[in-house]
Amino acid sequence: MGAINPAVNREGDFMAEVGKESGENPLLCYQCGNCTAGCPYTEFFDYPVHRIMRLIQVGQRETVLTSKAIWLCASCETCTTRCPCEIDVAHIMDTLRAMSLREGKCAEKDVRTFYDAFLASLQRHGRIYELGILMRYNLLSRHVFADADLGPKVMAKGLIRFLPTNIKGRDEVAGIFRKYAEKRK
Amino acid sequence: MRVGVFICHCGNNIAGTVDVARVAEETRKLPGVVYATDYMYTCSEPGQAEITQAIKREGLNRVVVAACSPRMHEVTFRRTVEKAGLNRYLFEMANIREHCSWIGEDKEANTRKAIEAVRMAVAKAMRDRPLYSSSFAVNKRVLVIGAGVAGMQAALDCAEGGLETVVVEKSPSVGGMMARLDKTFPTIDCSICILGPKMVDLVQHERIRLHAYAEVEEVKGYVGNYQVKIRKKATYVDWTKCTGCGECMEKCPGKNAYDHFNCGVSPTKAINIPFPQAIPKKAKIDPQFCRQFTKGKCGVCAKVCPTKAIDYEMKDEIVTEEVGAIVVATGYGLLDQERLPEYGAGRYPDVITGIQYERLLNASGPTAGHIVRPSDGIEPKTVVFVSCAGSRDKSIGVPYCSNFCCMYIAKQAILTKDHLPDSQSYVFYMDVRATGKGYDEFTRRAQEEYGARYIRGRVSRIYPKGKKMVVRGADTLLGTQVEIEADLVVLATAATAAPGASMLAEKLHISYDTNGFYVESHPKLRPVETNTAGVYLAGAAQGPKDIPASVGQGSAAAAKVLSLLSKDMLESDPAIANVNTAACVGCLKCLKTCPFQAIKEETLRSGKKVASVIETVCAGCGVCTATCPCGAIQLQHFTDNQILAEVNALCRM
Amino acid sequence: MTGKRSYAYYEGCSLEGTAAAYDASVRLVMESLGVGLEEPPDWSCCGSTPAHATDHLLAAALAARNLAIVEGMGSNTLVTPCPSCLSALKKAHGRMAKNRVFKEEVNGLLDTPYQCTVAAKSALQVIYEDIGLEEVARPVTTALAGLRVAPYYGCILNRPPALACFDDPENPVSMDLILKAVGVDVVDFAFKVECCGAAFGVPKAEMVHRLTAKVLDMALDAGANCIAVACPLCQQNLDLRQGQVNAALGTSYHIPVFYFSQIMGLAYGYSPGQLGIDKLIVSADALIGTRGPVEKSSAAAEAGKKEAV
Repeated sequence: MGAINPAVNREGDFMAEVGKESGENPLLCYQCGNCTAGCPYTEFFDYPVHRIMRLIQVGQRETVLTSKAIWLCASCETCTTRCPCEIDVAHIMDTLRAMSLREGKCAEKDVRTFYDAFLASLQRHGRIYELGILMRYNLLSRHVFADADLGPKVMAKGLIRFLPTNIKGRDEVAGIFRKYAEKRK
Repeated sequence: MRVGVFICHCGNNIAGTVDVARVAEETRKLPGVVYATDYMYTCSEPGQAEITQAIKREGLNRVVVAACSPRMHEVTFRRTVEKAGLNRYLFEMANIREHCSWIGEDKEANTRKAIEAVRMAVAKAMRDRPLYSSSFAVNKRVLVIGAGVAGMQAALDCAEGGLETVVVEKSPSVGGMMARLDKTFPTIDCSICILGPKMVDLVQHERIRLHAYAEVEEVKGYVGNYQVKIRKKATYVDWTKCTGCGECMEKCPGKNAYDHFNCGVSPTKAINIPFPQAIPKKAKIDPQFCRQFTKGKCGVCAKVCPTKAIDYEMKDEIVTEEVGAIVVATGYGLLDQERLPEYGAGRYPDVITGIQYERLLNASGPTAGHIVRPSDGIEPKTVVFVSCAGSRDKSIGVPYCSNFCCMYIAKQAILTKDHLPDSQSYVFYMDVRATGKGYDEFTRRAQEEYGARYIRGRVSRIYPKGKKMVVRGADTLLGTQVEIEADLVVLATAATAAPGASMLAEKLHISYDTNGFYVESHPKLRPVETNTAGVYLAGAAQGPKDIPASVGQGSAAAAKVLSLLSKDMLESDPAIANVNTAACVGCLKCLKTCPFQAIKEETLRSGKKVASVIETVCAGCGVCTATCPCGAIQLQHFTDNQILAEVNALCRM
Repeated sequence: MTGKRSYAYYEGCSLEGTAAAYDASVRLVMESLGVGLEEPPDWSCCGSTPAHATDHLLAAALAARNLAIVEGMGSNTLVTPCPSCLSALKKAHGRMAKNRVFKEEVNGLLDTPYQCTVAAKSALQVIYEDIGLEEVARPVTTALAGLRVAPYYGCILNRPPALACFDDPENPVSMDLILKAVGVDVVDFAFKVECCGAAFGVPKAEMVHRLTAKVLDMALDAGANCIAVACPLCQQNLDLRQGQVNAALGTSYHIPVFYFSQIMGLAYGYSPGQLGIDKLIVSADALIGTRGPVEKSSAAAEAGKKEAV
C-alpha cells in the first residue's frame, strides 16, 4: 500500500457501498480494537478485523475484497456482541464476502470450494448430502485425502448416510437458486 | 394602541434566509402598528438607542423585537424599554432566528413564517398589561448538599464570606471520594493529607453547621427563602456521647457488613467508623448486617462502649433549615461491574475497580497499603489496567468519557511500581486524555520512569485460568491480539451520576441530562448555575471532573451565592398566576395540579372559598391556567386571551 | 399443565445426518417432558454458513421457505436444536420483518411467500423458558455421579444478544441450570461462548484444531471430565475431530462430548443406545458406567438437612 491520497482513493465511495449493502455505518467505528481483541481467528487473518474496518474507512477496496481475512471469518458474532459503537461487524464481513465473490476476488479457494459444494448439494437435493459434499470438495480442491482419517471412525459408528434425501420440493429449492441468479445479473 | 416593531438582521444570521425588509413592510399593514423597521444588530448599543428614540419619537406604547430567542436578550431589551419610560412587560419578542432563519434555506418559506411570527407577537403585545415586581427579603444563609471536596470548598468560601452555612452529607463522614484516594495526580500528594485540614476547617468553622449521615427530605420555597427538611438518619449511636474510640468496632461479631468507604473491597463490622481520619469520627450501626437488629440477640457494642453511647431505639430525626440559596455538590457514582459481563460481571475477586485498588494502595485501607490479590493475599507480579471499562460505550448506555480515569491509571501504575518494584504494569488504552497542567508529562513519566507498558487497544474479555486472570486485548498500532496473564486486573469503571441524584433533582426542581448529571444554565458561560433561581451546582454532580476542576467550581458556586445574597432584597418575577376571585368557583383543581405547591385555599370576607396564589413561590409555569375550568386563574403575561389572540393571528390567512 | 405443548420442529440437515444422536435425544427428552414435536412437511436446508457467506438474499430465501411452511401448519413457533439453523431462520425473519423491500425481494424467490409470523427458538431455550426447571427435574430417575460437565454453548446460540434474545451473551446459565436440575455436577467454565472453529472443519482444519484445543483445554482446567454441547458442529469439532487435534498438536485429550439432551435423557432413564451415546467417537462408557437409580431416601435426607440449617 503506497501513501493514501483520499482524493484518489475516493474513500467515501467504498465506505458508502459497504454501508448501503450491509445497512451498517463503518464511519461509526472509532478503532478501539475490541473486535480484534476478541476475535478467535485473528491469528489466521492477514488483516485483523479492526484493520479491515479501517481499510474500509480509507477506501482500500481492492485490499479488502482480496484479503484472506474476510474468508477466514466464521461469523462467530464475538465482534458484533462486544462492539461499543454497536456496529454489526460480523454482518459487514458477510457483506464483504458477497462483494468479493461477485467480483471473483475470493482469496481462499478451499473455503469457497467447500461452500460451493454445500450449496450445489442443497440445490440438487433440497437438503444436503454430507458424503456428496465431501467427495465433491475433495475432488475440486484436490485435497483428495482430506478427512480421510475420519472415514473409518464415522463408518464404524454408522454416522454416515450413503444416500442423499431428495425432498419433494427440491424443484422449488432449485428454483430459488435460479431466480436468485437471474436477479443478480 | 401604538405598536413599534423592530426586525433584526442579526448580521447574516437572520437576513441570510429571511427577507427582513419585506417582513417590516407586511408588519406595517397590521392594525395597531404605527412603526416598523429593520435593523442590522438590534441588541447593539446603537440598536437599543434606535428603539429608545423611536419610542419617544413615535409615542409607542408597545414594542416588539423580532430577532433571536428571548433567552438571549429579552432581559436586555426589557431594560431598554423601561429606561425609555415603558413598563418592561409591554415588550414582546418574536423568535425569527432559532425558530425560523436557522432551520432551513428556503427564503420564501422562512419569510412567510417570520411574518406570521411577528403578527402573533403583535397580537400578544396589544394585550400586554403593565406588571410590577415586588421585592422580598432574602435569608442570608446557604445550604450545601454534599461534603466532598467541591461542597467543602463552596461551604468554606461562603462561610468566610460571612454567610451562615448549613452542610448536609449523606455518609457518616465528610470528605467524599477524595478522602478515599491514596495519592492525587499529578503531584502524588497524599490525598487525605491535603484534604484533612479542609475537613477540620469545615467542622470547626463558627459559621458552618454540619448534618452528617443526613439527607435532604423536602425543599419548599423559592430563591432567597427556602425551607429545607433534612432527615438525620438514625445511627443508633448517640454522637454527643461517642468519642470514636473504636471499642465497639473491635468487639462487634457482625463481620460481613458492606464497607461503603472501602467500596466493597473488603467487609467491615456491623457497627463501624468509616476510616481513621473520619470527621465526624463517630460510630454508626448498619442494621441490615447487625445481629441485634436482625436476630434480636447480641448487644456486645452496648456492653463495651465506655460512654454508653449505643441506642438501639434511635429514630430518624427531621430538622428544618431555612436558607436563601442552595449549592448542590453531590458528586458521582461508579458503574457497577455487573454491567461489564465480558470482564466477569464482578464474579472474579482479582478483577477490581480503580477505587477499590485505591483502597488497597492506601496505608489506612484494609490491607494497610500492601497490594495483594483479594483472592489469596499474594502480591501480584503482573498488574493490568483496563481503561474505558464502560466509558465511551454507547452499547451499554455510557457514551461519554469519564474525564479522570486516564490520569488515575497513570498514577496507580506509578504507585504500583513504588510499592512492588518487581512488578510489571500494563495499561490498555484507547486514548490518553491528559489535558491539565503537567498532566501529559505525568503520563509519560509513568511509562518512561516507572516502566508501565501502554498498549493501544481495548480489552475484549477477561477470564480465569488457574490462579491467573487472562486479559485479552488488542494492540491496534501493531494490528495484533494481546493476551496477558495477570495476577490482578484493575478496571477503570465509568463515572456515573451519584445514586439518588434524580430523586434529589426532583426535590430541587432542577434538570438532569440523559446521563443523570445535573444541567447547568449554559455549558460555556454559566457552568455552576441552574435554571432554577437560587440553586447552584459544583463538582462532579454537573459532570465527571477532577479535583482542581471541582474545587474551582466550588469556589465559583460560592461566589454566585455571595453575589445573590449580597443584596438585602430581591425582585420577584411578576409574570406569575393571579386569581380573579369573582370568577373563581373554589374547585381548587389548580391547587391540586400546581407542581410547586404555590396555591392555597383562602376564605373571602363573604365566606366564599377561593384559590389564592402564593406570589413568591409561583414559578409561572401556567399549569393552573390550563387546568382552571372557568378561566379564573390566569398566568399574567401569558393569559388565555393573549394566547388565543396569537392563535387567531396565526390562523387568519 | 393445561394440556400437551406442541411445537413445529426443524431438525436441520446435520441432525438428519451425522448428528442424528442429537435429534434422537431431543425427541426422547421432549417426550418425557410432555412436548409434542411436528416436523414442517418437506422442509429444506436453511443454507447455514455457506448461504450467508454467499449472499443475504439467497440465505434469507432458503430459510424463509421453511418459515412459510410452518405458517402453513398454522403454527407461529419453530423449535430447532441447531444454532446455525436458528440463526439463519431468525435473521431471515428479522430482516424481512424490518424491511418491506427486502421482504418482497425474498418472497419473489419463493413459491409460497412468508408473512413474518413465525418466531424461531432453540430447543435449549424452549426447555429453559417454556418448560422450566421444575418440570425438567420431574422425570429424573437416574443419578449420573460420574459426570463433571463443562457446559459449552458455542458462539452463536446466545449471540448477538439483539438477535438471540436468550440468556446472557457472555455468561449464559440455561444449560448449567438444566443440567444441575437433572442432578449433574456442573463446573464453572470460562469458555462457554468461545468459537470452536465452526464450519471450517473441512476446508481449514488447522483453524478448528487450534480453537477446539483451547476449548478442550479450558474444560480440563475447570475440572471437568466431559463437555456438554448444544450444537452439532461443536459436537463434531470437539468429538469427531478430537483425535485430529491430538495428532496435530501433540496433545492427548480424551474428553467425551455429549449433547446436553443426551445427558438429560440418561437422567430420565433412557439407554445409551437410545440416545446415540454409543455413537460418540470419544467413548463415554467409563463416565456413564457408574450411573444408578436416584436414591429417593437420600434425596429426602438431603432435603431434610437443608431445612434444619
